[in-house]
Amino acid sequence: MENSPLFKSGHTACAGCGQAIAARMVIEAAGANTIIANNTGCLEVFTTKYPETAWGVPWIHSLFENSAAVASGIEAALKYLGKKENINVIAQGGDGSTADIGLQALSGMLERGHDILYVCYDNEAYMNTGVQRSGLTPFDTNTTTSPSGSQSSGNIRPKKPMPEIALAHGIPYVATASAGLPQDIQRKVKKAISIKGPKYIQIHVPCPLGWRHETDQMLPVAKLAVDCGLYPLFEYENGVLTGQKKIVPKPVEEYLKAQGRFKHLLNNPEEIKKVQDIADNNIMKYNLKAQA
Amino acid sequence: MKEFLEGSHAIAEVIKSCKPGVISAYPITPQTHIVEDLAQMVSDGQLKSQFVNVESEHSAASVVLGGSATGVRVYTATSSQGLFYMQEVVFNIAGMRLPVVMTCANRAISAPINIWNDQQDSISLRDAGWFQVYAENNQEAVDFHLIGYRLAEDKRVMLPVMVCMDGFILTHGMEAVDMPEQEKVDKFLPRYNPLYKLDPAQPVSMGLLADPDYYMETRFAIQETMKESLGYLSDISREFNSVFGRDYKDLLVEEYQLKDAEKVIVAMGSVCGTIKEAVDEQRAKGKKVGLLRIITYRPFPYARVCEALKNAAKVAVLDKAVSLGAYAPIAVEVKAAFYGKKQGPKMISSFVAGLGGRDITLETVHEIFRRLSTKEVNSDFVDLKPELLKEEYGE
Repeated sequence: MENSPLFKSGHTACAGCGQAIAARMVIEAAGANTIIANNTGCLEVFTTKYPETAWGVPWIHSLFENSAAVASGIEAALKYLGKKENINVIAQGGDGSTADIGLQALSGMLERGHDILYVCYDNEAYMNTGVQRSGLTPFDTNTTTSPSGSQSSGNIRPKKPMPEIALAHGIPYVATASAGLPQDIQRKVKKAISIKGPKYIQIHVPCPLGWRHETDQMLPVAKLAVDCGLYPLFEYENGVLTGQKKIVPKPVEEYLKAQGRFKHLLNNPEEIKKVQDIADNNIMKYNLKAQA
Repeated sequence: MKEFLEGSHAIAEVIKSCKPGVISAYPITPQTHIVEDLAQMVSDGQLKSQFVNVESEHSAASVVLGGSATGVRVYTATSSQGLFYMQEVVFNIAGMRLPVVMTCANRAISAPINIWNDQQDSISLRDAGWFQVYAENNQEAVDFHLIGYRLAEDKRVMLPVMVCMDGFILTHGMEAVDMPEQEKVDKFLPRYNPLYKLDPAQPVSMGLLADPDYYMETRFAIQETMKESLGYLSDISREFNSVFGRDYKDLLVEEYQLKDAEKVIVAMGSVCGTIKEAVDEQRAKGKKVGLLRIITYRPFPYARVCEALKNAAKVAVLDKAVSLGAYAPIAVEVKAAFYGKKQGPKMISSFVAGLGGRDITLETVHEIFRRLSTKEVNSDFVDLKPELLKEEYGE
């Protein structure tokens, strides 16, 4: 890929990092007239180790959990200066800083109606600190704080329904996306910034280190998550489901066996059935099945 | 023009005259009247600020951080638990060298929960990299906000300022205050024009990761700025006096009846009004007593304190906060100021009073002067109730 003036190469992301691809897609779609507030996390660390920065747009990092509030202040200042019409404001963070520690700040931002796009890069655990379980870690995932063992098959709860939580704030646009479908990310970001008000996009981003797959498997693994129904891609506009990525559902086992974090499930049909139920429920709920 | 105003309203009026672009706050007693008044001013179109109602103090501080980084003047106010809840952001604002101005309506810290005044909240954040100035009365509280913005936004400084005013005593107290006229404010406080801001025309990254090769110098730089700022305060004070006709001297300390004083109380904030009255009473009886009022607690004016107290025989430091398990916060500084000095008080005793809103009366002050006659004491609590300390609560 060519070097991007808005998200420059030379950053220190791991090989095969889904978040790096997704973040680049987001800022390239949003364009140069954008200000970003970034939570603490992998993306912050690998793009801005002093004295270098990968960002070609104004970018600020304050703390782990407050990018939504910092972005609210940026947006308010731009309004005061009469510059909001021409400038996009993006707040972004990982799944932990979005769904756990930063949920309150995000809820405040959504509820107040700021004209901000919030992007959650969901790699399904606290990867920056060494793969600890977050509120967006899937059911039965083996992480360092939800390890599988004789008494446990990993994370005991399904993912917190963040898109639905965002939707419940009555905001005009909520979407999910995947690092496996980069053009789809860009289309959704462009649509989001064309809409005034708070927007929420959650992007599934594989982490080879935490998910334990080969670094060249990032795209196939991301696509498998979508194709088996475990990561449904959809769009809600003004509270109404307006689009979903149709799939010919593959069994979840194909997705699970591609990653070390689910290895403990492979000889346990009972647990695989529970994961399949989650996928089947998504397929029904979001009407994902393609017509034959 | 002199007006008879509630302290909080006076603060809201002076903030209005500073024209902040972004105001954000979360309600906590006794800060509420300030931000309620500002919200009304915005609602009435008297103030063209963006008023952002947030879901927590953590976000209030984060919103003003974001606003300040975007290049506009900002304001927030809080108290007690609210200040503690925003502590993480408070440190962050200083580290990012953002000139935020905040009012702390000083209030006790839980547990037990207590909404009344002491100074434990702001004093506990003394290491955050913020200037801390303590007002004795509402005139000072008003003026210190103007001085605060001027100081914070000085290109040589670029650090946040916390104006501390005793909760209820000042925030809810009615006093005659000479309110600064808008033309004078505009003259004293130029438009905020930052060196760096978040602007797509000139993209910068802020808040980068600094590894062991770089981190220490950032802390050193703040430490140096703090030390240098002790002098800038005098310059700003002189300019303030030339515009508004009120002289706060070096803005570091106030000396009251110190010249020949043998016994001196060191204190901070509104209690100094009471101490001045007690000093006057004792002076009338021929007793050589005085007061050294600390105005600027961070940076701490060690040299000025030494200079002011060098001839005092006995010093009583009155803290409205404690450092549990150690010497009281202001007492530590005063004792440290004299360490290794040839000339200085023979005795520096430390007293704790007025916690959780317990009144510090004239009699309290006289009692401190009395206790200063005997042996040196440390963190000696004044006005305790013996009946509440009985063994039914113990053994």
